[in-house]
Amino acid sequence: MKVLVPVKRVIDYNVKARVKPDQTGVDLANVKMSMNPFCEIAVEEAVRLREKGVATEVVAVSIGPAQASETLRTALAMGADRAILVQTTEDLEPLAVAKVLKAIIGRESPDLVIMGKQAIDGDNNATGQMLATLLDWPQATFASALEAAAGKAKVTREVDGGLQTIEIDLPGIVTADLRLNEPRYASLPNIMKAKKKELAIEELASLGVDTAPRLKVVKVTEPAKRAGGIKVETAADLVSKLKTEAGVL
Amino acid sequence: MAVLVIADHDNATLKDNTEKTVTAALKLSSDVDVLVAGKGATAVADAAAKITGVRKVLLAESDELGEGLAESMEALVVPLMSGYDAVLTPATSQGKNFSPRVAAKLDVAQISEIVDIIDANTFVRPIYAGNALETVQSSDAKKVITVRPTVFKAAADGGSAKVETIPAPAKPAKTHFVDQKLVKSARPELSGAKIVVSGGRAMGSAEEFQRVIEPLADKLGAAVGASRAAVDAGYAPNDYQVGQTGKVVAPDLYIAIGISGAIQHLAGMKDSKIIVAINKDADAPIFQVADYGLVADYKAAVPELMAALTAAGK
Repeated sequence: MKVLVPVKRVIDYNVKARVKPDQTGVDLANVKMSMNPFCEIAVEEAVRLREKGVATEVVAVSIGPAQASETLRTALAMGADRAILVQTTEDLEPLAVAKVLKAIIGRESPDLVIMGKQAIDGDNNATGQMLATLLDWPQATFASALEAAAGKAKVTREVDGGLQTIEIDLPGIVTADLRLNEPRYASLPNIMKAKKKELAIEELASLGVDTAPRLKVVKVTEPAKRAGGIKVETAADLVSKLKTEAGVL
Repeated sequence: MAVLVIADHDNATLKDNTEKTVTAALKLSSDVDVLVAGKGATAVADAAAKITGVRKVLLAESDELGEGLAESMEALVVPLMSGYDAVLTPATSQGKNFSPRVAAKLDVAQISEIVDIIDANTFVRPIYAGNALETVQSSDAKKVITVRPTVFKAAADGGSAKVETIPAPAKPAKTHFVDQKLVKSARPELSGAKIVVSGGRAMGSAEEFQRVIEPLADKLGAAVGASRAAVDAGYAPNDYQVGQTGKVVAPDLYIAIGISGAIQHLAGMKDSKIIVAINKDADAPIFQVADYGLVADYKAAVPELMAALTAAGK
């Protein structure tokens, strides 16, 4: 089974995003960037399938600037076999990303695509579902457990109020939720090995996909700040303040 | 323009995310219909028909719609869109599962988790875990939108719309429902609760979480939430998670116990009216957003809080 894993380079999980003073976006200059945490989980799951002998090849794909090759090297160091960078400086919307991935998938013919449920920059939670629709493949989103075998995948999904289990015919799309696994740290020898793995780079334009944005960003602003509160000394103080001052009890 | 709202329900009862999404829809148009897709959901459709401002309720029923399969939802909604200019879905895990499919099929962008409507084409949505608000203008002819329900007031009851039954789509060929395990609870639902009591990593175990957080929640008639750290550690079930990737809540009172206040957790609760934090670390970031902070070990503070609530007649 061939597994394809799309990964995105985003602001590091631990960095607080700051809005640019001119309100054109979030300031990413000199900010630490990393692989989107949900994509890391997707890579880990694919590599585990490879280690179990279920997957025969894991291909990581990223769409982004030249620096996204660093993100792909991380995926290779975690255990992916080879990588493809679709290079562009445009910031693509989920629909455009899904269209680009569809073009790559048309060429690579994977049996399973595992991807993060959401990127922590745009917070859209849409690309996997859109890709499944464009390919007319079944989808299993928000996965917390995955059992893949020839032609089928059984997926436990995190839903409102609990867990749902569905089975999808392959090829199909699985999107990873937080509890699917705990991604490994790449070891130094594996980081060194990853440097020798194949990383193909192609220009977005060469794919001939319509990636024109549908949404115009009018402005990006900071949310209203909460006014600082007070410290109370005792639980009794707290209850009395909640009752009389805040009026919420 | 005409707007379709997709109802949030569990086949038995209509959830107030629906009324909140109707409020958002009424800002776009006075022609608002509600689609109830489920199984054995007549009572849900009847409840939706009572929402003030709703023109018509569409009811479609099948096993797969009752199970919420995304492929079935898409197959139901897409043909209906010839009669609507926009479709609004509450941004629940069910809504997030199928709404992007509708957008992709219609070849339009999804405008995800909006928190404000500027005009028929312009919307505000949080990005970067709510650390920034993005105002976007859509150039698509049809709008596919998910709505963050906590920021809109629920539309009141008082309407008497007609319920029209429509055919359900064929069973999806490549997706098969196996089973569903839902947590049954007498407590209010997390996303709509007036009071939420949340526990964090400091609880140390599932037993401690239940011993400390749940009685306090029950005393206050509150829903129970948890930080990602507590859920990841197995102290609380996944659907308790409040945060960027879990549930977004905005209750009148949010009590965070033993939660440090990571950016991702704050993203899910910082719109609460009053925030209380109990944490023994005076430097915990949660205190920066808390209206009332109590620097104390929860082991001593929660029993004292229980006693003080009893003394106050709670």
